[in-house]
Amino acid sequence: MVVDRSGTVRALNEAARALFPAAGFGRPAAGTIADWLAEAHQRGSDEVARGEVGERAFAAHPVPHGEAVTWWLIDETETRSAREALAREQERTAFLSDASAALLGSLNLDRCMEVAARLAAQHLADAALVLAPTTGATFPAVSCVRGGEPTRTRLEIDPDELPGLGEALQGFPPVPSRWLDPGAAPSWVLPEGFGPVGSIVVTPLPGHGVPAGALVLLRRGDRASFSDSEELFARLFAARAGAAMSAARVFALQASITDTLMRELLPPTLEQLGGVEYAGRYRPARDGERIGGDFYDVHSAITAEGEESLAVLGDVCGKGLDAAVLTGKIRTTLRALLPMADDHHRLLDLLNRTLGDNADARYVTLVLASARREGATVRLRVTCAGHPPPLIVRADGRVEEVDSQGSLIGVLPEIESTTAEITLHPGETCLLYTDGIVEAKGGPLGDAMFGEERLEQAVAECANMPADAVVERVQMLASQWIGRGSHDDMAVLAITAPRGQHLAAVGGHGRGRYTA
Amino acid sequence: MSTATRSSAVAEHTERLWEAVTAGDEYAAGDAVVRALGDGTDPESVLLDVIGAVQRRVGREWAANRLTVAQEHAATAINDRVIASFGYVLKRPEPHLGRITVACVDGEWHAMPARLLSEVLRLRGFRVDYLGAQVPAPHLVAHLHRTGPDAVALSGSLATRLPTAHATITACQAAATPVIAGGAAFGHDGRYARLLGAEAWAPDARAAADRLTEPLPRPHAAHQPLDDLPHLADQEYTLVTRSSARLVKTVLAGLEERIPAMRSYTDLQRQYTAEDLAHIVEYLATALYVGDGELFTGFLSWTAGILTARGVPAASLVPALELLGAELHDFPRATGLLCAARTHLAEPAAGSERTA
Repeated sequence: MVVDRSGTVRALNEAARALFPAAGFGRPAAGTIADWLAEAHQRGSDEVARGEVGERAFAAHPVPHGEAVTWWLIDETETRSAREALAREQERTAFLSDASAALLGSLNLDRCMEVAARLAAQHLADAALVLAPTTGATFPAVSCVRGGEPTRTRLEIDPDELPGLGEALQGFPPVPSRWLDPGAAPSWVLPEGFGPVGSIVVTPLPGHGVPAGALVLLRRGDRASFSDSEELFARLFAARAGAAMSAARVFALQASITDTLMRELLPPTLEQLGGVEYAGRYRPARDGERIGGDFYDVHSAITAEGEESLAVLGDVCGKGLDAAVLTGKIRTTLRALLPMADDHHRLLDLLNRTLGDNADARYVTLVLASARREGATVRLRVTCAGHPPPLIVRADGRVEEVDSQGSLIGVLPEIESTTAEITLHPGETCLLYTDGIVEAKGGPLGDAMFGEERLEQAVAECANMPADAVVERVQMLASQWIGRGSHDDMAVLAITAPRGQHLAAVGGHGRGRYTA
Repeated sequence: MSTATRSSAVAEHTERLWEAVTAGDEYAAGDAVVRALGDGTDPESVLLDVIGAVQRRVGREWAANRLTVAQEHAATAINDRVIASFGYVLKRPEPHLGRITVACVDGEWHAMPARLLSEVLRLRGFRVDYLGAQVPAPHLVAHLHRTGPDAVALSGSLATRLPTAHATITACQAAATPVIAGGAAFGHDGRYARLLGAEAWAPDARAAADRLTEPLPRPHAAHQPLDDLPHLADQEYTLVTRSSARLVKTVLAGLEERIPAMRSYTDLQRQYTAEDLAHIVEYLATALYVGDGELFTGFLSWTAGILTARGVPAASLVPALELLGAELHDFPRATGLLCAARTHLAEPAAGSERTA
């Protein structure tokens, strides 16, 4: 179409005539062609003008020549709708990717439900309700209104009051999303103060072979209906939310099983027993784990008179879960052998036979220390079985090595052992440790072993310290020595004769009179 | 009781507890606290103004070389057990507020501030999971998945743990849990807490408990940790950290050449010097990580103060910095930090204040 400077149409081709039936040669453009095009011509614009004619979209390219401008009109309807669809899809893909990241971040079911409800309310509807399958009489649920915070509740409801919800929560038979008459919705579906509902849709959240829950979306009157693509989008979101909630449930189940099994394998919390202070610290070789091949235990009142307690610290060859399972067996066996604790050699011998029969063919080194409070002092009987001898720190800071030796357990048919007798005076400590401490490699130059000398020096500083402080100090120095490096399991156990006169007042038992 | 009498009562309890913990007398310490609670002192005040004050004094006295390491440990162990007795003596309210996980940055041995915060939160009515010191991030994250707390309160005293703190904060946020950070490591104004992307920061336990009354904002899922610290792209932190043992070795050898007296050092003296150097390198690396020179100069001023208290001239640090600078001349940010620190140490006021 050619239009001259005065705004008169000079020429039209067939297509232009079909587009603007009122326009013709010699007629004014204004009023006969589209207003946006007439205005662009009026302005003398040399840029592409865009606008609509009827239901279609056009781009008009001006080519000025002499006294007139030729306008080439190109139909852009398809391109534009494709561009819009692309932008919408890009936005949704970004949302689904963010949603996946947010949902998969937490393996906690409550947290997952909160994230799902918030995202759904933000991007899919004006409010959302996420329900998990029941774990009893009530349904865990989270509701969220757009722009608000998710609220956690437990609903005491009959899910069939909302058509489709019962099936969605059962997951079978599979149900499609369903649009519901808002009038039919029970009051518990609506968040407080939400106002009149335009429409409601129930979507199942598919899990891993089992239902993970249901998503209820609510829209207000002014944008009540969902398009097909919005419904598809909601289903894509539901698939992700369902997978995340399902994974969180599985994790919770596994975690509770692990916790129960782990309880027996974890090192015990030690405290004062029979007037003797005990403290232990353990650091497994792998930071992701809580257990390993080193272990310790303190058993109370093992003799007929009930006055002596037995401390055990040991090191099973290997590390990680396999080693931990064996330490569990050894600890249980030792517990069963406690009546023999009067005679360390006999106890070790019986343990050796039990382990020798074991097909695992693993061995263990350990230290037994029986402690009995006598007045202000603590009498110790200490026996090593293939284990580094414990250190004694005297009140004046002298450090002695316990004079006891013995064979390791689980290898030879017969074992040998000697028992040392020691008296601890108030403020003195006997420190049992595993070789993970002395073999800790690191230091400021990165390549030295912590070593026995450094350990002895560290222990010397621990004279007159409470047992807790001794084990903390030794573990701290060894850990700092290691820095970022790798290490073996490290365990320490301190047996301390307490300072102070107060114990007699509480009969030598318990943590002290202010805790009684 | 008037405010004046109350604060003099608090001062009296603090003094009594101080006497007990420095004498290593756990039972006298317990008595002091039971008496403080018995005379109507607010339990939160007993925790923070009595036990907390004693703990701070332990740190100050150690820095001034008036307490041995052993005394410091013993005092802390006793305070820790005294806090444990709190639960027996005092009825805590039923938890009616949110659930908070309290943990220390992994590698952190100063658990007391976190311990005190846990007790304050319990007294205020929060449900608290106290994980203590030395919590590897995988344990913390597994705990978050299991329990789904409303927030993690992360305590850090040592600035050198800031890179680990950053990893921990990011891990918590990836598990959809917001973090409130606190403790000396995060800066007196919380600057490193903000830098590392924590949702909140509090200067002390009371402020943290106040802040947690309102829910923290939920972390943003698509957050990339590197966005917080674009300067890490130059890899100076990584390279310095990786070569730290070699740097210490070289500087140690260089010092022996420069300072003849060092050649007659005992093995132990050499080890201490090496440890001091390793510390300097660690702080340098941390300053590179957070991109903040003040962290490094602050540490050197503090070290200078410690050295002075132990009768070692602070000027002995300068040759070490020079040797380190020569090793790191290809690293513009590290060189800048070392120059600034040297200038700072040369100023007469250096070492007179403790900024760490």
